[in-house]
Amino acid sequence: MSKVHVTTTVNGDQAEFLCEPRETLLDCLRDKLHLTGSKEGCGTGDCGACSVTVDDRLVCSCLMLGVEAEGKEIKTIEGMADGENLRPLQAKFIEHAALQCGVCTPGILVASEALLKKNPDPTEEELRYWLAGNLCRCTGYDKIIRAVMDAAAEMRETS
Amino acid sequence: MRFHSPASFEDAANIAASATGVTRFLAGGTDVLVQLRADIVEPDDLIDVKQIAGVKDITRRSDGGWDLGVAVAGAEMTEHAALMADWPGLVEGMGLIGSTQVQGRATLVGNLCNASPAGDASPGMMAAGVTVTVTGPNGTREVAVEDVPTAPGRTSLEKGEVVSAVHIPARGANGGDAYLRFIPRTEMDIAVVGCGVNLRLDGDIVTEARVALGAVAPTARLVQDAADAIIGTTLDDAALDALAAAAEAACMPIDDKRGTIEFRTDVAGVLAKRAAKIAYARAKGDTK
Repeated sequence: MSKVHVTTTVNGDQAEFLCEPRETLLDCLRDKLHLTGSKEGCGTGDCGACSVTVDDRLVCSCLMLGVEAEGKEIKTIEGMADGENLRPLQAKFIEHAALQCGVCTPGILVASEALLKKNPDPTEEELRYWLAGNLCRCTGYDKIIRAVMDAAAEMRETS
Repeated sequence: MRFHSPASFEDAANIAASATGVTRFLAGGTDVLVQLRADIVEPDDLIDVKQIAGVKDITRRSDGGWDLGVAVAGAEMTEHAALMADWPGLVEGMGLIGSTQVQGRATLVGNLCNASPAGDASPGMMAAGVTVTVTGPNGTREVAVEDVPTAPGRTSLEKGEVVSAVHIPARGANGGDAYLRFIPRTEMDIAVVGCGVNLRLDGDIVTEARVALGAVAPTARLVQDAADAIIGTTLDDAALDALAAAAEAACMPIDDKRGTIEFRTDVAGVLAKRAAKIAYARAKGDTK
């Protein structure tokens, strides 16, 4: 099977990889670019652990092919922190103990950041609906919701 | 699997027409990739339509109606204030599909052509009177959306044909539409019953109506008897009861773990009434 050469931008840097047409963007991020922060939970778009943004649009990277990334701007969890300096969202997840096993966490951080970019002051209901496609089997969600709401409040104060 | 990204629908149609194996078109991919992943359908030729000019455009026509590109995602529709103001029911139906992430990719045409009986976008499109342009190797034709699905997972499109544009009618004065579905939870589930209603008023009288049901028959379908039950009325209790009875009579649902035949039939009547009331209020100027 012939491989396709894909040129894309990941977290601001140009990236290139060769992939088979049936390989997902998630496979390409993890196995070819070695960005293993995005997780595969279900592989069918139900769990959100593979959430990334493509041209600033939140998507499941398991529901997109690697070849579709040509010319796009991809952002993953690896692009969130500035070196050792965590973003407010990340710091609040630690402060509120909003994670246990951590498999869902990268996806939830990426999804939450996408919401706060669009709506810096969401209601709890808006946040819960926004994150309905990010499943967490450990926390019961409350700590996640509190962490995001707290981070949003802090980000509004400092902006 | 061969991957194609043609620059025109004519090229896409020609690739599909000359393909010998399984062919799939790729727009949002939220059904195609799941089927690929689950080894339900492994296409020999996968044709991505997103490199074709205009597929992401939402355009108001000079007659007041809307033309949508086939790769416009649900999130792009719900974020479009003017489209939402004209056709809230149609847009809500699309917006109910899947999560935020799925909304970033999923499309009206994908939902239509996946031809699930329970697709949430199809009843709203049928009620609104949406048509699609179908491009094939021998040219184009216009098709009403209710004529696209023919059975679960099957459409009336011939080999080599691809939906190349979506046309939504002009909203016009004193009209309103609504879509409601029943699911056992609050979010992220497949419709047990869905109902779209679109109507127009003259004063308090319903002069035009279209009612479509989803998940209660092998395809989403228009129910003319249900529309007739409210045309010429003020949507009073007698008209609502007649609407519910007509909706129930049109049901031939399956019996499964998410809803029995009896339950789905009953809920179809209830949702038809509620959706009709919302559409009526919107036609009166209610913006909710």
